[in-house]
Amino acid sequence: MSAFRDAGHLLRFAGLFVLAFIIFLVVRKFVVPKSFGEYGHYRGAAIGEIAAHPAHFAGHQACEACHADIADEKKGGKHAHVNCEACHGPLGKHADDPASVTPAKLDTAVLCVRCHAASVAKPKNFPQVDAADHANGVPCETCHKPHNPALEAGGAK
Amino acid sequence: MNGVEGFMYPNEVELVWSVLIVLYPYITGLVAGAFILASLERVFRVDAVKPTYRLALLTALSFLLVAPLPLQLHLGHPERSPEMYFTPHSTSAMAMFGYVYLWYLMAVLVFEIWLDYRRDIVLRARRERGLLRLIYKVMTLGSDNISERSLHIDERVGWVVTLIGIPSAFLLHGYVGFIFGSIKANPWWSSPLMPVVFIFSAMVSGIACVMVIYMATSKLRGTTIDMGCVDTIAMYLFYTFIIDFSLEMLDLIHRIYEADESFRSLNFMVHTKLYFSHIVVQIGLGTLTPLVLLAITQVTKLSEMARKRIYALAGALTLIGIFAMRWNVVIGGQLFSKSFLGYTTYKVGMVTREGLPVAIALTLLPLLFLWVLVKLLPPWDDASAAHGATGD
Ligand code: HEC
Ligand code: HEC
Ligand code: HEC
Ligand code: HEC
Repeated sequence: MSAFRDAGHLLRFAGLFVLAFIIFLVVRKFVVPKSFGEYGHYRGAAIGEIAAHPAHFAGHQACEACHADIADEKKGGKHAHVNCEACHGPLGKHADDPASVTPAKLDTAVLCVRCHAASVAKPKNFPQVDAADHANGVPCETCHKPHNPALEAGGAK
Repeated sequence: MNGVEGFMYPNEVELVWSVLIVLYPYITGLVAGAFILASLERVFRVDAVKPTYRLALLTALSFLLVAPLPLQLHLGHPERSPEMYFTPHSTSAMAMFGYVYLWYLMAVLVFEIWLDYRRDIVLRARRERGLLRLIYKVMTLGSDNISERSLHIDERVGWVVTLIGIPSAFLLHGYVGFIFGSIKANPWWSSPLMPVVFIFSAMVSGIACVMVIYMATSKLRGTTIDMGCVDTIAMYLFYTFIIDFSLEMLDLIHRIYEADESFRSLNFMVHTKLYFSHIVVQIGLGTLTPLVLLAITQVTKLSEMARKRIYALAGALTLIGIFAMRWNVVIGGQLFSKSFLGYTTYKVGMVTREGLPVAIALTLLPLLFLWVLVKLLPPWDDASAAHGATGD
């Protein structure tokens, strides 16, 4: 009995821990969102919220439905596998309502070097140029057609 | 781009881990080291270092209280940090740190200090007046039982806590090394030796820190330094330093011998951008110099004065050296490109949240905490404490 009394202060310290733990559990109950852990280590309701965001990209199939001419031109060239919106940027709004949303003009001086600027980190066989050397300030589209950029045989292939 | 040589991937140009992330392992290292020194006395009953036992515990506590601050300042959304407690992520080492920290702070350090000081706290609660009395009363947790038996129980429980505390201290700091060591994308960090090197360097810095603080406080209080104690601590410092240095050299030699694809790039970095902080400060000034100084005290018989001076110098250099080691790990690991084709530069910010003034403030803050703790819970005998109190 007296051994118990002499260890009483230890129980008090332990009590402090238990108290802190209970407070932790109570606070946790309030701050952790309801849907947390529904599917994984995140808030389940976030999926719905994210799905409700408007889509920014339309996808190349959508563009090709209306711009068949460009799709045809692009199909045979080196840019065949470069997505429309990789260059034109997200145009979901334009695809929904082309009459009121006109895509912005592109500046090839910025656009083309984004992918083609020479860099040792790129694979050797990827076409790359030192823009200042190669174009000397002349806009890229003076010589290359953006949708079918190769120059041989009039850009056909 | 500013400060970039050769080729860097865009996300490598700016360093994300700043000087505060250097400070963080430095501070936790001091905690772990100071605690391990205290534990030596307790578990192995080394009476010689007894005068520093309590001081070491308080030092560990005051540094531990500051340890999370650099991380908080580094976070973009510090207010979200409690979420790692509320929704624990068991597969992330970083996320689990919160628990390691809390465990070490509450179950080990605070508990051990409380047990050790309980008698003093109760006595002071009886003696003091006003606000101080209230503070001590709260600290007694409402129990003023200081019977022979209860103190005996405290002693036994404290011993067990110390025993648990040693692996906990290793965990606390080993974990920091583990985080770096397990980043497989970074060859400067990725090494299973990392946690071990971190632990031993932590012990080195912690021991040096307690030694310096003990000597400084003795000087400030105008009491004589217990040379038997400092000699023993210096001896520990010397031996742990040798182990630490050997481990770091093992790591180095292993890297040189293995010479994997990253070696040329890292080697170049050590000889250029990191030359000053790594070769000059860390190895030359911060490791070899104190090792030689300490070796001299071990093999020759020097006067007390000379030993004191050497210890103070060696301790200060050690602290600088270990800081340089953390710097070279954290900053060095971000200066080179994963492509091994380029290097960037780190400029310490000035008026930013992670700038130099903040770093300096965070280094001094633990000393302020220590000062308060020492006032509240004097680590030295009551008699001399009363003496000191009238002195200032
Ligand atoms: C519903 C049909 C439709 C879809 C889908 C569509 N567009 Fe258009 N687009 C048009 C029409 C019509 C115009 C001409 C309107 C104008 O000049 O304002 C136009 C104009 C453009 C222009 C500007 C032409 C100029 O002269 O400046 C670009 C660039 C363009 N579209 C790109 C795209 C891309 C990329 C997509 C796929 C994300 C796309 N469009 C999807 C119908 C469509
Ligand atoms: C390699 C980048 C690139 C890709 C890929 C690309 N475009 Fe273009 N596009 C341009 C540039 C550059 C222009 C000319 C500058 C301007 O008018 O804004 C242009 C112009 C246009 C125009 C204006 C009419 C014209 O012929 O000048 C339309 C419409 C258009 N693109 C639609 C498309 C569609 C649809 C696709 C996908 C099938 C596509 N683009 C893919 C770069 C690209
Ligand atoms: C989104 C990245 C991207 C952009 C932007 C881009 N290109 Fe390309 N370009 C490519 C890819 C991918 C290829 C195909 C490379 C291959 O075949 O390996 C290519 C191929 C080419 C080629 C053919 C090179 C050859 O081998 O004959 C030329 C020329 C070219 N691009 C010019 C341009 C011009 C001019 C622009 C600006 C209007 C531009 N590119 C914009 C990605 C891009
Ligand atoms: C004065 C005309 C001219 C201009 C302007 C020009 N090019 Fe070219 N470009 C050429 C010619 C000619 C070739 C070689 C023919 C080929 O390989 O298709 C070429 C080839 C290329 C290639 C393929 C290089 C390779 O190694 O396969 C790329 C990529 C390229 N140009 C990108 C650009 C970009 C980007 C710009 C704008 C900054 C640009 N060009 C401006 C004429 C031009």
